[in-house]
Amino acid sequence: MSKEITYKTAEQLGLNQEEFNQIIKILGRTPNFTELSIFSVMWSEHASYKNSIKWLKTLPREGEQLLVEAGEENAGLVDIGNNMACAFKIESHNHPSAVEPYQGAATGVGGINRDIFTMGARPIAQLNSLRFGNIKLDKTKWLLKGVVKGIADYGNAFGVPVVAGETFFDESYNTNPLVNAMSVGVLEKGKMISAISKGEGNPVYIVGSSTGKDGIHGATFASADLNENSADDLPSVQVGDPFQEKLLLEATLELAKTDAIVGMQDMGAAGIICSTSEMSEKGKSGMKIYLDKVPLRQKNMEPFEILLSESQERMLVVVKKGKEKIVEDIFDKWDLNCKIIGEVTNQDKLEFYMNNKLVAEVPASVLVLGGGAPVYEREYKEPAYYKEYKKFNINDVPVPDDLKQVAIDLIRNPNIASKKWIVEQYDTMVGTRNMETNFPSDAGIVNIKDTDKALSLTVDCNARYVKADPEKGTSIAVAEAARNIVCSGGKPLAITNCLNFGNPYNPEAFWQFVGAIKGMGAACKKFNTPVTGGNVSFYNQTQIKGKIEPVLPTPTIGMLGLTEKQNKMSMAFQHKGSMIFLIGESKNDISSSEYLVSIHKIKESPAPYFNIDEEYKVQDVTQKLIQNKLICSAHDVSDGGLFITLLESAIINDLGFDITSDAEVRLDAFLFGEAQGRIVVSVLPKNEDKFIDFMIKENVPFSTLGHVTKDQIRIDDESFGFIKDLKKEYFTTLEKLINK
Amino acid sequence: MKFGVVIFPGSNCDQDMVYVLKNIMKQDVVELWHKSTDLQNVDAIAIPGGFSYGDYLRSGALAKFSPIMKSVIDFANRGGLVFGICNGFQILCESGLLPGTLLHNDNQKFICKNIYIKVENNETVFTSLISKNRVLKIPIAHGEGKYYADKETIKEMRLNNQILFRYCNSDGEVTTEANPNGSIENIAGICNKNKNVFGMMPHPERASDENLKNIDGKIIFESMINTILSKI
Repeated sequence: MSKEITYKTAEQLGLNQEEFNQIIKILGRTPNFTELSIFSVMWSEHASYKNSIKWLKTLPREGEQLLVEAGEENAGLVDIGNNMACAFKIESHNHPSAVEPYQGAATGVGGINRDIFTMGARPIAQLNSLRFGNIKLDKTKWLLKGVVKGIADYGNAFGVPVVAGETFFDESYNTNPLVNAMSVGVLEKGKMISAISKGEGNPVYIVGSSTGKDGIHGATFASADLNENSADDLPSVQVGDPFQEKLLLEATLELAKTDAIVGMQDMGAAGIICSTSEMSEKGKSGMKIYLDKVPLRQKNMEPFEILLSESQERMLVVVKKGKEKIVEDIFDKWDLNCKIIGEVTNQDKLEFYMNNKLVAEVPASVLVLGGGAPVYEREYKEPAYYKEYKKFNINDVPVPDDLKQVAIDLIRNPNIASKKWIVEQYDTMVGTRNMETNFPSDAGIVNIKDTDKALSLTVDCNARYVKADPEKGTSIAVAEAARNIVCSGGKPLAITNCLNFGNPYNPEAFWQFVGAIKGMGAACKKFNTPVTGGNVSFYNQTQIKGKIEPVLPTPTIGMLGLTEKQNKMSMAFQHKGSMIFLIGESKNDISSSEYLVSIHKIKESPAPYFNIDEEYKVQDVTQKLIQNKLICSAHDVSDGGLFITLLESAIINDLGFDITSDAEVRLDAFLFGEAQGRIVVSVLPKNEDKFIDFMIKENVPFSTLGHVTKDQIRIDDESFGFIKDLKKEYFTTLEKLINK
Repeated sequence: MKFGVVIFPGSNCDQDMVYVLKNIMKQDVVELWHKSTDLQNVDAIAIPGGFSYGDYLRSGALAKFSPIMKSVIDFANRGGLVFGICNGFQILCESGLLPGTLLHNDNQKFICKNIYIKVENNETVFTSLISKNRVLKIPIAHGEGKYYADKETIKEMRLNNQILFRYCNSDGEVTTEANPNGSIENIAGICNKNKNVFGMMPHPERASDENLKNIDGKIIFESMINTILSKI
């Protein structure tokens, strides 16, 4: 690459004039193409968070439960007692999945799991949060099938169960689906492997798969708008090999037990350049790397291609000098590549050689977030729709005559209906830790074997609420996650987030981002769930014939909670004759509900009712009710409203329910409204008085809804059908829609 | 009693099997590495589920060539007890220790869910404690679990009472609807002629821990341990 480097080259690589000038200033000369490529990927949004970091830093990131600071290591690390720690993180793979759903989703799963085991933690659970367009479109079906199969094939072979997740359909995601994958691992406290490089003369190894031309400039790709030509970017999508990943996992964890490692980092976005620079910056050191020593799977690779390749299933390991044999023996046992490609130096300098020729020389610190990578303050502006949405008046919407039909229509709505068609393709039980398989709950419950504890895990975000009101909507996402953890019997501990937004250079899209951060911060403080890290994915919007269509702003919250096993709680009604109560209050509110959007076709309304203090009290009292063994099921009211909550609780054990509505509230709002801060619980008749006394003492609003029946659903003395018929609709709808 | 659990690269139910045998059934367990040929004097060998060698070719097709399988085949041919779960079942079929083969599920998808099975022959080492009318709820998790053998083989297996489990509904009825993958005659588990090699697609090790609210699978391990201990 002897081509002359000008600003034009920089621009083609996604850098702006200011950034190009800054590079020249840092180097004291014009960069060569390899160096320019390095800056272009390291300073892309994906690697540097240059447009978001200012706001991310405002999030609450401290708490006694946290063992590492947010962003410091590959994933957050939380103290879970019993001398154990939990590493967890969520990450997006939206753009690759839009172009090649199978590989895009598969490598997303691979990448997030590597983030966990590179720290020395064994992944024991996975979650995912998926968003697709209108399910009636062939494109959506193709994306959905590909993404689900990609997640399944990779995760099933890798051998980590999917324990929870969500899938949501909205036409804003028609060409830009969201694929957010979360992994959760455990390790002995104090045994974490850091992503650090130090100690002059220590050897630097590359281990795992060989390096090919896949995924070059993937980080830059992820930081640009998707357009009609995006399929031409196919080489930017990596190819996954779960078998290699499984071997890499076992070898890595074996290595973690030795005293041979200084530090380790997986190779994700931006490949070798990312791990060499981040590890060096952290240890205030440098490296000499000989690119010709990297095992390659293709001939004729240029230095920049080797540096930037996003080939999967690779790690960079810095080993203590003299302990090389320990490392090499382990990787030999697992039949994996393990090659020394360089050594640690004591200057802030990365030197890359190819056949003894220096091909790039850059300081490590300037490439990295918190070092010299640019930080921008983006402009933001409240969009006109925000005030428009607030003008919504429930009185303009008539109550439909036939609410039974509405109920059926909602059960047949892909956002409400069972996701069985998807979930059964995932191995949800490998590892024999999934305590929820035979005990359905609002959150995944994962056994920590041979202790009295379990992890509670959930991913949540109702992006419609976020669009209507970014601040309130994102607070709701945190609150809902916490509510799910609480209903499963757990105590919320910490969150990871995946922030899927539009183009940050679009002030209205950035306004959504800023509001989301504010709302998340407020809720995380309230629920004492600090942010341990996560991922920002901008540019989720699609240009079709010149018109930009942003996706619904989707700040997915992944929450970790801890459960005393004896307190775990099911969402299922257990016994005919149990009393059903609503904790929290019914509201005359249908804003942003699935009911309003899909039955009345009204998208323009504010976020639903939400009061964070009331919400906190509802969750707090539910935890106490569980600890005092006063309830036998708990299920939160969310998408689809109270009716769907009751149905989901009833369906599991083939029971029914008989309830009376609230005269103060419209019947459609009572049944289908999505006002927040509500939990449906069932109580054995013998505990009814104790329950009522307790609730009065705690001074939290509650009301009697009715009781659990054998099989019929009755509301205000009218039959809404039998559970076996509704159950069939609930479980078969999605498959029917996909195969239509 | 001493169990050996074979570990191939890509096995992923190996530690689940070790956990059940060691921590729940309280037996001695050793891990048998695929590159070794040493069976370490075990009394029985478990071949666990997973994706041996990635299973990119055909499930179990590569595993049969591994050094450890040579020893396992010798061990089985001398009458040693060998059982394979899921990928382990596929490997035993590929190795010729069990008749028939496992094909892609009828719906061409990986399926993971609870299913029900019923014992057909309860006079083997593996099934001796299971009463004939008992229905076991045990999860499956496979993409290639459709059992197939030609008519002649099936006929012979029937004559020799080699069909050990069939998929059924929760009431114990063997129906087409209860067949999750299209297996011929709803077959979920079989043994060889000598009744010392056994394979099944459902995962009993996933239904053996009280914490998971289902211990229907435990009786298979109990049967094995009970029979062998009574012989020693």
